[in-house]
Parts: sequence; structure tokens; C-alpha cells
Amino acid sequence: MIPPNYFLILSIILFVLGVIAFFIKKDLLTMFMAVEVMLNATNLAFLSLARSANSIDGQVIVFFIITVAASEAAVGLAIILLVLRQKKTIKTEDIKLMKG
Amino acid sequence: MTEIFWLIPFVPALSTLILALFGTKLPKKYVSYQACLAVFGSFVISVISFLSLLQVSHESYPLVKNLFSWISSGSFNVNLSLQLDPLSAVMAMVVSGVGFIIHIYSVGYMAKDEGYTRYFTYLNLFMFAMLLLVMASNVVLMFVGWEGVGLCSYLLIGFWFEKHSAASAGKKAFIVNRIGDAGFLLGIMFIFIYIGSGEFTAINAAIGGGAITQGLATLIAILLFVGATGKSAQIPLYIWLPDAMEGPTPVSALIHAATMVTAGVYMVARMNLLYALSGTAAQIVAIVGAVTAVYAATMALTQNDIKRVLAYSTISQIGYMFIGCGVGAYAAGMFHLYTHAFFKSLLFLAAGSVMHALSGELNMKKMGGLRKYLPLTYPTFLIGAIAIAGIPFFSGFFSKDAILTAAYANGYYFVWGLGILGAVLTAFYMFRLIFLTFHGQERLDPKVKEHIHESPPVMTIPLVILAFFSIIAGFVGLPVVLGKKLNFFGHFLEPVLRGGHETHISHDLEWILIGISVGVALLGIIIAWFFYIKAPRIPERIRERFPRIYKLLYNKYYIDEIYNAAFVNPTVRGSEKIYDHFDLKVIDGAVNGTAKVTGFSGKILSYFQSGLIKDYALIFLLGVIIFIGYLIIF
Repeated sequence: MIPPNYFLILSIILFVLGVIAFFIKKDLLTMFMAVEVMLNATNLAFLSLARSANSIDGQVIVFFIITVAASEAAVGLAIILLVLRQKKTIKTEDIKLMKG
Repeated sequence: MTEIFWLIPFVPALSTLILALFGTKLPKKYVSYQACLAVFGSFVISVISFLSLLQVSHESYPLVKNLFSWISSGSFNVNLSLQLDPLSAVMAMVVSGVGFIIHIYSVGYMAKDEGYTRYFTYLNLFMFAMLLLVMASNVVLMFVGWEGVGLCSYLLIGFWFEKHSAASAGKKAFIVNRIGDAGFLLGIMFIFIYIGSGEFTAINAAIGGGAITQGLATLIAILLFVGATGKSAQIPLYIWLPDAMEGPTPVSALIHAATMVTAGVYMVARMNLLYALSGTAAQIVAIVGAVTAVYAATMALTQNDIKRVLAYSTISQIGYMFIGCGVGAYAAGMFHLYTHAFFKSLLFLAAGSVMHALSGELNMKKMGGLRKYLPLTYPTFLIGAIAIAGIPFFSGFFSKDAILTAAYANGYYFVWGLGILGAVLTAFYMFRLIFLTFHGQERLDPKVKEHIHESPPVMTIPLVILAFFSIIAGFVGLPVVLGKKLNFFGHFLEPVLRGGHETHISHDLEWILIGISVGVALLGIIIAWFFYIKAPRIPERIRERFPRIYKLLYNKYYIDEIYNAAFVNPTVRGSEKIYDHFDLKVIDGAVNGTAKVTGFSGKILSYFQSGLIKDYALIFLLGVIIFIGYLIIF
């Protein structure tokens, strides 16, 4: 059996990769994928801790996260599509509507 | 069978609902049938209820049908309950019977109107409200009907709302009625404060038990009477009724002559114990009625618009009904209400038939000699005029005579004198109308003359029916002098109208009084004949001789102008001032100010925004790191 620490370390690596990708990539779609990676990294952490603590709570939360991620993907992709149509670009530095 | 009486108002209500929801999709023919049959249904139920009421002993009056508890708040309880007693039975029969005939007439009169369905929806709604008013067993429900008929009156006066005069006449009627209703509402409020219940039985019990003082009774009675002056077009709130003639003629006949405007009389009769207790209030009712009867009749003398003459005549006749109620002869007042419903709706419908024949012409100066063109309208109109003038054996004679005799017998000599004066004027202006319209030279517009025709049977048959009742309706209430037992009408109502008092006078005196009222009626007719047939130049000369008086009467005593100057214009100008200073500055200022503050603060806060997602994410990340760091360290 693989010790749970391994899973946690993998989870941390994935999460940090997601954060880095989020900050260095410039188009919305890749940033969006980075967010998904972070979400799944947390899923992994929850699952491994649930397994080691012999509790079902962590697994339940994972199901919630998957559901929320699915809806978020649907809405997020739709927004990105509309942004592309309106602005003809998905580069973040070109989209500065909130600037005062 | 006595229980079904509560259905009377709800048959037209159901019909209104159907017409209002699906009316535009239904064929015209179906609309006519449904609207008429609904009212006929009410009439049949009214007659059945009336017959069953005769079987019931007097002690069990009124029969009350409690449908459900409507308002229940602490000690303030109102039920939706209807009652049947002789008074409401008579009113229900008159309202639904005359209403049914006028519905049929309307089928012909409104046949080519675009708002045909809308018209019948309103008319059925009116029947519902009016029947609710007369059958309600408490003052609050009565007030609902009272307001309902006011609403329908407004809607139907302004039926041809694209015409400016009609729209403003509707508005005038509504506003003037509101003034009266304010008094009525205050009266209801005092009833609830001091009696604790709005049920008529409870009010009567409280009065009988001495629970309210005379002063309080006077206060409540006068407040309620203020409402009655509005609805029944008495001084000082009569000004809306002549303008109400802007509506379709059958509406004038039904609402502004036969039924709704008599609601005030019905209310005073319903509250007869209260008025009897007060005394002062009853005297005020009698005097207002008498003054109105003469005052309105003088205005009718000079009008040339056929419907306006009838409108002033209505105001005058309602004045007579109030004389009856005021002098304690409630049964006589109700009797006049009942006969008046027939002959006045007949007169209006016949006037409508004249208008129909003359392509909408109203001015009597442009009529004359119509007798031979309108072979059915003329005799029916004449019967109506004879009935209202008070010629013996026609219905108006019996009821008017009953009122005047009671006024004299109870010692109101002044009121009686005014009543006699009004009777002369009534006979005069009615026959002036007849002579100018149907007799003498033709003064018709040649274009109008080409299209002249008698109305279709759907309009003339109602005229004949009403003419028949205008003749015979009086025989249910023969004068006391012919035998005490013959006044069926009075006897039937006696158990309800316990506040009335009769003073017996000798038969000789009564014959003299009858003789006087017949004499003055004939006098009025003879003067009219002399002025307008025999020597048509006399009115001209009188006009030249007394130009001021003529102008005063012709312009209706300038009351509209006085009211405008005294009440309407100050209100309008005051409102404009308030609009300029309060609405524009304070209210609009507050709204615009809120928007400005929000916009300004948004602008300040927006300086913190860079608009770059990366910046936000970075700050977010820093926040998370600080938070986790805090958790780890502490």
C-alpha cells in the first residue's frame, strides 16, 4: 500500500503547478484549465486524507467539488466564448473593463 | 325556497366575469343573450323571493343569509351576508325588472357601437353592485355596493371616452361622489365606534334599546345623508348628474334616473329608525329635498337639451322622495322611488328613441312636429310625461300625492308649499318638452329629416312595457281616503319602516289636498300649452322682459362656475404649486440625489481597480498565504 503522504505530496505539486500556470499564461482558456488542475489537486488531497482517517466525509466533499466544477466549467466556457465573440480576443491584458 | 335570495346579485356577477374574461372572443349575439338573461335570472329570483316572503311571518324579518366572515379584526367584524325583507325585496324587483327592460333596449340602441361587449360587461357589473347595495345586511357591504355603482357610473358616463366632454363628465361624477362618500364613511365609522356592529339588525336593536343618544343619532344621520346627497344628486352635490348625460341614453335611464341615484333614498329608508330618533336630521332631509325639488325644476324650465331637462327633472323627483323620507312617510318616499323608476326610465328611453330617429340630435329647438314620424315613441313619451306631471290614475299621481299629503299632515307646511310649487313646474317643463319635440312646427335639419325613422321593435317594445307599468304601477298604493286597506305597498313595507309616523287627517282635507295637487298639475300643463302651442311668442317676450332671470336659469344659476372658482380652481392651482415645489424639488431631488451619491462613490472606488485578472489573482493568493501563515504560526 502506498503511504498517504505520497498522495498529499502529489496533490501539492499539482496545486502549485496550477497556480504557476494561472499566473504565467495569458489566455483565458489555459488559465481556466489551470483552475481545473487546482480543483482536482484539492480533490486528491481530500480523498487521501479521507482514506487515511477512515472517514467518508472527505469523499462526500469530493463529489460536491466535482459537481461545482462541472457547472463552473459550463458557465465559464460560455463566458469565454462570449468574450471572444465580443472582444475578438481572450488575452487577459486586453480585457480591462473594470479599470477606473 | 326562501334561501335562494342570496343568488340575486351573483347571477349578474357571474355574467360579468365571463364577459370580462372572454367577452372579446364571444359572438355579439351570445353577449346580448347572456347579459339580458343574467339580469332576467335575477329578476325571476327576486320575484320568487318576494312571493316566499309573503308566506313568512313578520317577526322573522329580515331573513339573513350569512355567506362567510369577511373581516374579523378584534371587535371589528364584518360578514359577507345578504338579507331579505320587504324593503330589499321591493328594491331588488325594481332594479332587476327595470334593469332587464333597459338591457333589452340597449341591444337595439348600442347595436352599431364598437364597445358593445364592454358596454354589457359594465352594465352587468352595475346590476351586481346595485343588487349588492340593496341586499347587503350591513353598512360596510352596502358601502361596497355603493362604491361599485359609483365606479360603474363613472365607467358608463365616460363610455365614449374618446370624446373629451364625456371623459371629463365621468371624472366630475366620480370626484363629486367621493366628497359625499367621505361623509358616508365617517358615518359608518361612528356606527362602529358607538354601536360596535354594522349589521342593520344590530343598529336597529341599539336604537330601540336606547344605546345611542339623540345628538349622536343626528351626527350619524347627517353624515350618512351627506353621502346620499352625493349619490342621489341633491343640493349641494347635484352638479354631476346633468353632465352624466354624456353617457349612452340607456345608461342615463338605468343608472342616472331609475336605480343608482335612488340609492340615497333607499339608504335613508333603511336607516329610518335613526332618522326618526334624531328628528333634526329628518327635518334637514325634508328641507334639502324640498328645496332641491323646486330648485332643479326651475333649471329644467329653460334647458333646450332633451336629456338635460330629464336630468334636472330626475334631481327634482328625487327631492320629492327625500321629502317623503324626511317627513316620516318612508313608505311614500319608497313608493315614489318605485313609480319613478318606471316613468323616468320610460322618458329617458323614449328620448333615446327620439335621438335614434334624428341621428343623435338633442336640441329641442331643432325638433318639433315629430308626432307623425314616431307613432310609438310619441304616445309612450306622453304617458311618461302625464305620469310624472301627476295626472290622476297614472302612477306618478299616487306616489307624489302620498308624499305631499304626508308632508301636510305631519305639519311641514313650508315643505308642502315647495312641493306644490315644484309640481307646477314639473308639469310645465315636461309638457314644454312634449310640445317642443312632438308638436308645433317642424324645425328639423333637412339632412336629419331624410333619415328619420321609428326605432326597431327591440327598442319600442321596452317602451310599451314601461308605459304599461307607468300607468298601472300606482294602483298598489292607493290613497288612504279610498280605504285604509288599499295601500298594499305601504302595508307591505310597514314592518321594516317602523320609524315612520302617520298623522291622520280628515277625509275632506285629504280630498282638498288631492284636488290642489291635481289642479296645479293641470295648471302647469295649460301654461305650457298656452306658451308653446297657442301663443308661441309669449316665452320670447318673457325672455325679453326678464333677461336677467332667464340668463340666470339658462346658465343653471352659475353654480358650476361658482364651484369652479371656489373649489376646483384653488385645488388645481394649489396642486400645481405643490407639484412645482414639493414634487419637483423634494421628491425628485431625493431620487436624483440618491443616484448621484451612488455614482460618485462608485467613481471614487473605481480608482482601486486595475482591470487585470492577474492583479486580482495575485492579491487573492497573497491573502490566502497570509491566512494560512496566521493559522500555522498561532
